[in-house]
Amino acid sequence: MIKKEMIAMLLAGGQGSRLGVLTEKVAKPAVAFGGKYRIIDFPLSNCINSGVDTVGVLTQYQPLRLNAHIGIGIPWDLDRNVGGVSILPPYEKSTNSEWYTGTANAIYQNMAYMESYNPDYVLILSGDHIYKMDYEVMLDYHKANKADVTIACMPVPIEEASRFGVMITDGNGRITEFEEKPEHPRSNLASMGIYIFSWKALKESLTALKDQPGCDFGKHILPYCRDNGMRLFAYEFNGYWKDVGTLGSYWEANMELIDIIPEFNLYEEFWKIYTKADVIRPQYVASEAVVDRCIVGDGAEIYGEVHNSVIGADVRIEKGAVVRDSIIMKSSVVDEGTEVNKSIIAENVRIGKNVHMGVGEEAPNVFKPNIYSWGLVTVGENSVIPDGVSIGKNTAISGVTAPEDYPDGELPSGGALLKRDGE
Amino acid sequence: MRALGIILAGGNSSKMRELSNKRAIAAMPVAGSFRSIDFTLSNMSNSHVQKVAVLTQYNARSLNEHLMSSKWWDFGRKQGGLYVFTPVVTADSSWWYRGTADAINQNLKWLKDSHEPYVIIASGDCVYKMDYNKVLEYHIAKRADVTIVCTECRDDDPSRFGVLKMNEDFRIEEFEEKPMVSSSNLISTGIYVLRRRQLIELVERCAQEDRYDLVKDIFIRYKNLKRIYGYKIDTYWSNIATVDSYYKTNMDFLKPEVRDYFFGQYPGIYSKVDDLPPAKYNPGSCVKNSLIASGCIINGEIENSVIFKDVYVGNNCVIKNSIVLNNVYLGDNTHIENCIVESRDTIRANSYYCGEDGIKIVVEKNERYAI
Repeated sequence: MIKKEMIAMLLAGGQGSRLGVLTEKVAKPAVAFGGKYRIIDFPLSNCINSGVDTVGVLTQYQPLRLNAHIGIGIPWDLDRNVGGVSILPPYEKSTNSEWYTGTANAIYQNMAYMESYNPDYVLILSGDHIYKMDYEVMLDYHKANKADVTIACMPVPIEEASRFGVMITDGNGRITEFEEKPEHPRSNLASMGIYIFSWKALKESLTALKDQPGCDFGKHILPYCRDNGMRLFAYEFNGYWKDVGTLGSYWEANMELIDIIPEFNLYEEFWKIYTKADVIRPQYVASEAVVDRCIVGDGAEIYGEVHNSVIGADVRIEKGAVVRDSIIMKSSVVDEGTEVNKSIIAENVRIGKNVHMGVGEEAPNVFKPNIYSWGLVTVGENSVIPDGVSIGKNTAISGVTAPEDYPDGELPSGGALLKRDGE
Repeated sequence: MRALGIILAGGNSSKMRELSNKRAIAAMPVAGSFRSIDFTLSNMSNSHVQKVAVLTQYNARSLNEHLMSSKWWDFGRKQGGLYVFTPVVTADSSWWYRGTADAINQNLKWLKDSHEPYVIIASGDCVYKMDYNKVLEYHIAKRADVTIVCTECRDDDPSRFGVLKMNEDFRIEEFEEKPMVSSSNLISTGIYVLRRRQLIELVERCAQEDRYDLVKDIFIRYKNLKRIYGYKIDTYWSNIATVDSYYKTNMDFLKPEVRDYFFGQYPGIYSKVDDLPPAKYNPGSCVKNSLIASGCIINGEIENSVIFKDVYVGNNCVIKNSIVLNNVYLGDNTHIENCIVESRDTIRANSYYCGEDGIKIVVEKNERYAI
């Protein structure tokens, strides 16, 4: 009989709408990160580095890029005879077919997948955090406490605690109470959205709440477990952990990688992060180029100036272009004489000649002020920006844009230019 | 594809000086993130040759490590795949490979058990891109017994190759192996196409006569008896088996047209993936006209150089006109000029190396404390 002590279920179906045009065509876990990686590489690499070799990846929103990236799991050594990585999309059933309506509902719909491995423990992960964590140590903690559920938590400054689910524990780490985004937090232990469930506890609670609409771990399953006297423990994690759910935090997390000794170090031999590398050729830096405080992916060709930026694989920065404080993802091109300031440019974008990006005074975005903020210019994948235009701060662009889309050759600060054919 | 592939990768060359102490030439790192054999292997894979044997002998540890998994070149298949044949002691033979023909003869069973009608033989120490199907079509159209791919020798010494002359029908009339004085500029690239049964017959006969070399003992001796044709290419081709040509080949990749030819145009060149992070340029770095591979951390100056994977360049270092191979640590204030720095070297701070007349090979094993 097939038997895996612990399997992982990775929730990767969310849109991540706060990443704006970056997640217009891809699920958030498939968004590029750090010049070479995609966000989902971090939990997947953590799994294999922790000895978890069976991972179900639950997909729903725009899964194409994610599926292509994961494939049969070769980069993470998750191509296995038994176990390995499986993509789990929602599927039609003889009765009651539905989308994944909530995190716990998605897991419940894959009960048969989990049962086929006879697990003692199930690790629930989400695909939108940047961190390195040994889940095996967390499992040891779970076993030592004879816990039913262990929740990974991180101490955060108390003034930020109200953005998280907060755990209140007794002296032994047992969770006595928890509050979802409390106004006056009574603890600074924030839930990281990483859970280990003993199989019995998971199965029981999922089955009991199977008819709960939009069944969610934080809102429904954990309260059920607490109310039914299960042993819930908080596992305190003190390493680097970053939620890259907003454009601001996504930009910041990328920029932190540039520090001389980054807090989150990708250059350590121990605990490597794996990814599917489509481009393996070396990068070229030309005679007239300047590259300074940057990380640069494979196969990039740099003829212009790049300062304080994260450049993806196969990117081309032409002569006379100046890029500062920006993230440019795979296969994008910045043409001659163009100036790029504090921008996030998704994959395969063409930026014309003598464009000025991220210039002028800040103004709130007219379209979605909460999303397009931090003074950033955000450009969605496969977009085209014509020659000579000027683009302000807190702006968003997606799709093929033409000179006539820019009155007076300008997209002022706070503007949005969203052109997608057929949508 | 109707052909098998055989890659001759057993060779050593004293012309590689200290560089060959460590590995077979086919395992030499090339172009920042590749190894020499990747080019032939990728060509085989891109030409849909599904069953490929690599014959290794000299110092094969590094090469075997590189070939440990065949999936990088898409050879992880149920049908065919990648075979690595190192000499073995059997009931009939306890010889090393005594030559290229002997190497094939010792693995004749593999050839006999296959059913593909043709064989493509290539070497593992050349940098080029080729669709072998085109050569095969030519071979069939010419009704040739053997087709030898040849090229005009440009900035290299023709006398280190097989030198040939063809008639107006491209049939090879003269063929000399490594002549003292070469009478022609046309050289063999070491790529041959012939029928599998023909190869078996030639190799078996050769073994009976206690001869062991594919070129000297077969092609040259048979050139008037068999129909041996030349297939001339004028695309990029380079053999890396001397220090000078190795250096030059790497420097060729600083040219945009060479990079575009190999990497920009589909299909590309594949290699084992190393899971290294992107290269990092710290304050104080200044890079001009250079190739930088993944995993490098750069704090110093680099000019006209090829820096391979996972190299650490300390503060105030100056690297000029040099090749730094994989996983080298360069301490602060180091000066490297006209050098090839051997892989896994650790260079102490304040070192000075400069190739005065020609390329200097730096082999420096010190304790590495940092990182």
